[in-house]
Amino acid sequence: MSSIGTGYDLSVTTFSPDGRVFQIEYAAKAVDNSGTVIGIKCKDGIVLGVEKLITSKMMLPGSNRRIHSVHRHSGMAVAGLAADGRQIVARAKAEATQYDGVYGEAIPLKELAGRVANYVHLCTLYWWLRPFGCGVILGGYDRDGPQLYMIEPSGISYRYFGAAIGKGKQAAKTN
Amino acid sequence: MEPGLNDLNEPHSMGTTIIGVTYNGGVVLGADSRTSTGMYVANRASDKISQLTDNVYVCRSGSAADSQVLSDYVRYFLHQHTIQLGQPATVKVAANLVRLISYNNKNMLQTGLIVGGWDKYEGGKIYGIPLGGTIVEQPFAIGGSGSSYLYGFFDQAWKEGMTKEEAEQLVVKAVSLAIARDGASGGVVRTVTINSEGVTRNFYPGDTLPLWHEELPAQNSLLDILSAPSPEPMST
Repeated sequence: MSSIGTGYDLSVTTFSPDGRVFQIEYAAKAVDNSGTVIGIKCKDGIVLGVEKLITSKMMLPGSNRRIHSVHRHSGMAVAGLAADGRQIVARAKAEATQYDGVYGEAIPLKELAGRVANYVHLCTLYWWLRPFGCGVILGGYDRDGPQLYMIEPSGISYRYFGAAIGKGKQAAKTN
Repeated sequence: MEPGLNDLNEPHSMGTTIIGVTYNGGVVLGADSRTSTGMYVANRASDKISQLTDNVYVCRSGSAADSQVLSDYVRYFLHQHTIQLGQPATVKVAANLVRLISYNNKNMLQTGLIVGGWDKYEGGKIYGIPLGGTIVEQPFAIGGSGSSYLYGFFDQAWKEGMTKEEAEQLVVKAVSLAIARDGASGGVVRTVTINSEGVTRNFYPGDTLPLWHEELPAQNSLLDILSAPSPEPMST
């Protein structure tokens, strides 16, 4: 599927004549070309897995962590541009601790996913910001049990019981 | 007469006795109904138990204005929180919001509160939030000037796992004991019972409350003696 958006793909604030924002689609491509990330919701918890990418033999094993804890009850696995992912994780951590400071309880996963999605979407609204080049799988355990959310570069967030992003996502999904 | 006139300019304060008690399945909140400005009773039938959400109520004591404004703010924040969350707020969250405002404005506020309610995760819960803005989760809490007279009483009378009726009777008895001894508490006893089935408000006027040690029975006027029938003449 070649989607050439000549002229309509220079800025995230431009719609194409057929109603697409190409910059966001290109951001999604950055995610598709990266290492696979999988998340599964089980009866009693969440499992997150990432493909270990060893770009050089000199790299220390255990570096390039792509699964991060967000709060006592939640964690995030990142696919795509690693530096962008760090920003999203930092934002999620900040939202979670701020909620805890105000309401005195751990942030419900639905609320956290909504806030992260809002933040990711925010960066698709201004010409002087570029969209995040990473997708995130957010998993956690709150009062309503284990939950799994996926947030795409467009800012869309859905709840899943199984999700995969990255190069091997089709293969993972068929399995 | 000077002291009497000055009273009218004093800020409204609720001397008060407030109580919150958990029982097997919910909570019972209770309070007296006296609001005083100095020695004058500004309102003898006030309602000190305010609603925060459908399932969480708060007993207010101390400055009437401060406690009203605080509970207005918390009601507003909780309403927004409920909409965002998509389900009723928990008692813990309500209590934490009260605590946040109380603590951050401790220099300006003078109000002690008891937050009580029922939610589907934790059941019935009582949180005491006294003057400085600490938050303490307790099986029962007492507050206000009248509570000084109830500490020993509750140590002896409170039991784990009471029924709804036992808990309500305990609260009414306690408030009426405090009213008997504390000049700043009086009027009627109001209770609010919250459980999985909903909220029930009750009202116990003064004449339904028992009389305690050395309390005189209420009488309209000693002039009643005059209108009483004259005694039968004695016969030998």
